[in-house]
Amino acid sequence: MKAIEAVEQNQLVERPDIRSGDTIRVHVRVTEGEKERIQVFEGIVIGQHRRGTGSTVTVRKVSFGQGVERIFPLHSPMIDRIEVVRSARVRRAKLYFLRKLRGKAARMRERRRR
Amino acid sequence: MVTGIIGQKIGMTQVFGTDGAARPVTVLKAGPCVVVQRKQADRDGYEAVQLGLVEDRPARVTRPVAGLYARANVPPTRVRREVPLDGRSDAPAEGEQVLASLFAAGEQVDVTGISRGHGFQGVMKRHGFGGGRATHGSMFHRAPGSIGQSSYPSRVLKGMRAPGRMGGDQVTVRNLRVVTVDAESNRLVVTGAVPGAAGAYVVIRRAVAPRREPAAPPVDEKKKKKR
Repeated sequence: MKAIEAVEQNQLVERPDIRSGDTIRVHVRVTEGEKERIQVFEGIVIGQHRRGTGSTVTVRKVSFGQGVERIFPLHSPMIDRIEVVRSARVRRAKLYFLRKLRGKAARMRERRRR
Repeated sequence: MVTGIIGQKIGMTQVFGTDGAARPVTVLKAGPCVVVQRKQADRDGYEAVQLGLVEDRPARVTRPVAGLYARANVPPTRVRREVPLDGRSDAPAEGEQVLASLFAAGEQVDVTGISRGHGFQGVMKRHGFGGGRATHGSMFHRAPGSIGQSSYPSRVLKGMRAPGRMGGDQVTVRNLRVVTVDAESNRLVVTGAVPGAAGAYVVIRRAVAPRREPAAPPVDEKKKKKR
C-alpha cells in the first residue's frame, strides 16, 4: 500500500479542516470557451467522503427557494480554494435531514472553532 | 532492446489531469528484472529473452533450473517470463538488468496477467446472457434457455456457452497509457485497470498496436498550496 500512497502524495492539495455543519465557500474554476473564471459556491457541508485523493465534500445551499447540492472532489485542480465561513454545532456526520427542513427549521447553532 | 518487463499489481487509485478530470490508474511494481536466458534464432528458432523478477524472497529451484541461473550468474527468481525483442538495438546479455526506465510517460503498454477467479458462475455473469423477467410470474430467471434443436442435429453444438468456471484466464489489456515512471523505486503508473488482484504478477510490454489518438493531458504535478 505504500506505493499507492506515494503516488497519491503529490496529488493532495492542502485544504482547510472541514467538518459537517460548516458553511464553506468553494471557489471553482469555470472554463467558458477560452476564458476561465472563478465561480463561488457557498453552502453548508452536509457530508464528507474521506478517501485520500478521492475525498469529496457535499455542499448544500438554497438558491431562490430551490435546494442545490454539489459534490466537490476536494483535491481537484478545478477547485481554486475553499474558505470556511461559519461552523455549526452538529451531532452527526451526515446532515441529510436538512433536505426536509427549510427556513427557520434549518437554522443551526454556532460552534466555537478551536 | 527488450520490449517488456515483469511486474506486480499493487492496486488502483486516481489522479487528476490538468483538465481537472480524475482518471483511474493502476500502480504497478515493475522490476527490477534480470535476463536469465537469451533465446536465439539459430538455436531456439526465435529471438527473445527470458526475464526473472528479482524479489526479496529467494526462490527454491531444482538442479536443472539452478544451472540456468548459474550460467546467467544471477540468483534464482520465483517468476520467469519471456518477452520478445524489438531488434532495433542490441539485445541485452544474460545477467543484465531490465528496469522500469524501459518505458517513458505517455507511452502505451499492453499488460498481461491472470484474471481474478470467479468460481463456477452462471451464463448471465459468465457470458452476459440476458436472462428472463424477475417478476410477473415469468418462471424463467437466470437459466441459459434452449441449447439447440431436436432430432437434427440431436446433439449440442461445440462451443455452446454454458455455466462453468469463470476467470483465472490469461488476459491482456491493450494500450494503457503510462502516467508516471519511477525507475528508482521500480514504480509504474498506468491508466485503467489491469488483470488480477493486487499482488498478481503481470507482464508489461510496449503496445503492439498503439492507438493513434492524441495523448491524454499530462497529470497535474501540482505544488502544495497553503490555505
